[in-house]
Amino acid sequence: MVKAGAVLQVLPSRAAPRQRRFPWGSIGYWVASLLFIFVSVFPLLYALSSSLKQGRGLFSPALWPEAPTFANYSGVFAEQPFAQNLLNSLLVAGSVVTLSLGLSLMAAWAFARVEFRGRGLLLMLILSASMLPQVAVLSGMFELVRAFGLYDTLGALVIADLVLTLPFTVWVLVTFMRQLPKELEEAAAMDGVGVLTLVFRVYMPLLWPALVATGLLAFIAAWNEFLFALTFTLSTEARTVPVAIALISTPSGFELPWGKIMAASVIVTLPLVALVVVFQRRIVSGLSAGAVKG
Amino acid sequence: MLLVLAAVGGWPLLRTIWFSLTDSELADLGDYAFIGLENYVGEYGLLASPEWWQAVGNTLLFTGLSVSLETLLGLGVALLLNQASRLRTLLRAALLVPWAIPTVVSAKMWSWMLHDQFGIVNHHLLALRVIAAPLAWTADPQLSLFSIVLVDVWKATPYMALLILAALQMVPVDCYEAARVDGVPRWQVFRRITLPLILPGLLVAMVFRTLDALRVFDLIYVMTSNSRDTQSMSVFVREQLIDFGLVGYGSAAATCLFFMIALLSIVAMGLLRKTFERAAA
Repeated sequence: MVKAGAVLQVLPSRAAPRQRRFPWGSIGYWVASLLFIFVSVFPLLYALSSSLKQGRGLFSPALWPEAPTFANYSGVFAEQPFAQNLLNSLLVAGSVVTLSLGLSLMAAWAFARVEFRGRGLLLMLILSASMLPQVAVLSGMFELVRAFGLYDTLGALVIADLVLTLPFTVWVLVTFMRQLPKELEEAAAMDGVGVLTLVFRVYMPLLWPALVATGLLAFIAAWNEFLFALTFTLSTEARTVPVAIALISTPSGFELPWGKIMAASVIVTLPLVALVVVFQRRIVSGLSAGAVKG
Repeated sequence: MLLVLAAVGGWPLLRTIWFSLTDSELADLGDYAFIGLENYVGEYGLLASPEWWQAVGNTLLFTGLSVSLETLLGLGVALLLNQASRLRTLLRAALLVPWAIPTVVSAKMWSWMLHDQFGIVNHHLLALRVIAAPLAWTADPQLSLFSIVLVDVWKATPYMALLILAALQMVPVDCYEAARVDGVPRWQVFRRITLPLILPGLLVAMVFRTLDALRVFDLIYVMTSNSRDTQSMSVFVREQLIDFGLVGYGSAAATCLFFMIALLSIVAMGLLRKTFERAAA
């Protein structure tokens, strides 16, 4: 991939003499690219702008608010347990990431290194679990959650979200672990190291980039999850942010408080966008490792 | 780990299928009677329900429209990203923005932009005289499904583009070199070299998106709630299961959706395997 990219960068200069007549191609490229960037980013900018407007100002389409105010932001925190909701989301996403990385690291080791019957079939089964429609496990999960007395608690969401994250964390980590040299393990066996030490002391540091990528993907999946969070919580204090945002309404119930909804949306989205932009290379490699090799 | 996955995935799935053969209700899950296939083929069964078929139709229309648009646009964006340019980093960062935004948030953002009275979309379309009167993007039954498709395309095209880009970057550079030496026109290069070589990757991406679109829930639930005109199969299931408390009936619908997706995955896997073998040969 690196090689291909390097060669491609050489190409335009070689092709340049032929395009000297009129650069239609590069104009088209710039127009299309800028249009695409605009369309991708504009809704977020507009949400940011709306979140700073209040009262009648909200109904003006101007991108730059006339009298910027943070009233919507303080309102979100004052009128409902939004801080609690944020904390819930963080707790759920954090535990989901930790659990699914720990579990799938062990599973990935088994799939990549241990020969056993039905390995391919089992791996296929795990991959197909990621195609599972969430509603198909909804009633069974509901029963399970109630049986454990976890209804309306964050534990229910952690358990439920594992269905979403485990299949792809296992899948991606297996593809990465297969690329590591077998000698490592032989050396470790020579030194008489146990399996757990091997997995967590030898492989984990080596797989660090892959772990960051899959961990981020799992974090985003859990942070954004809506259906389980909506169904398995009841009280406003147990909600995660997506549910809280979806259910924001005015006491009178007539028109939705758009300014506050946009403020909450911005709070939830900006950290994610920042994370994603910082780690963009890692995320892209994680996403394509999960799909291309499938 | 397998035990955990079996416990959180396999067991609830089996319970759902079992519930679908009973008349259980949400209020008391323990108290139910086995009623066989009554939920499916009975007088008030799923297969006789116009609402269910409407949900099936909505889901299929949504999936067909959004996946084909996403494939076309995703291919275009991937081609843009595959060019070496000063814009590339910015382009990739912009690409990840819609993808990273939670679905609920993008649904809300777009609902606000598409608001019939105060929305910026109507405002500009009116100013440009494209439309004569404000359109009720999310409330008008003729329009709401298309608004939902629009938002889904906005959100999912980046994912598609990334997968296609990964396929594009695996095309050997020699092929392009050889084509240029022979003076093959650009369009022909794309059709005869690029497209056949990325086809397997493109198909994988399409299958992933299709399976994902078939179970759509968040977007539709947040934008139009339980409205019949846009209800997808997943929204239908949740409405029956939780809002109406009909666990047996809702589970039957969920089971149908599950088997549809399972069947489609098996067919798709078979087709993909064939394409890969042909590509390898």
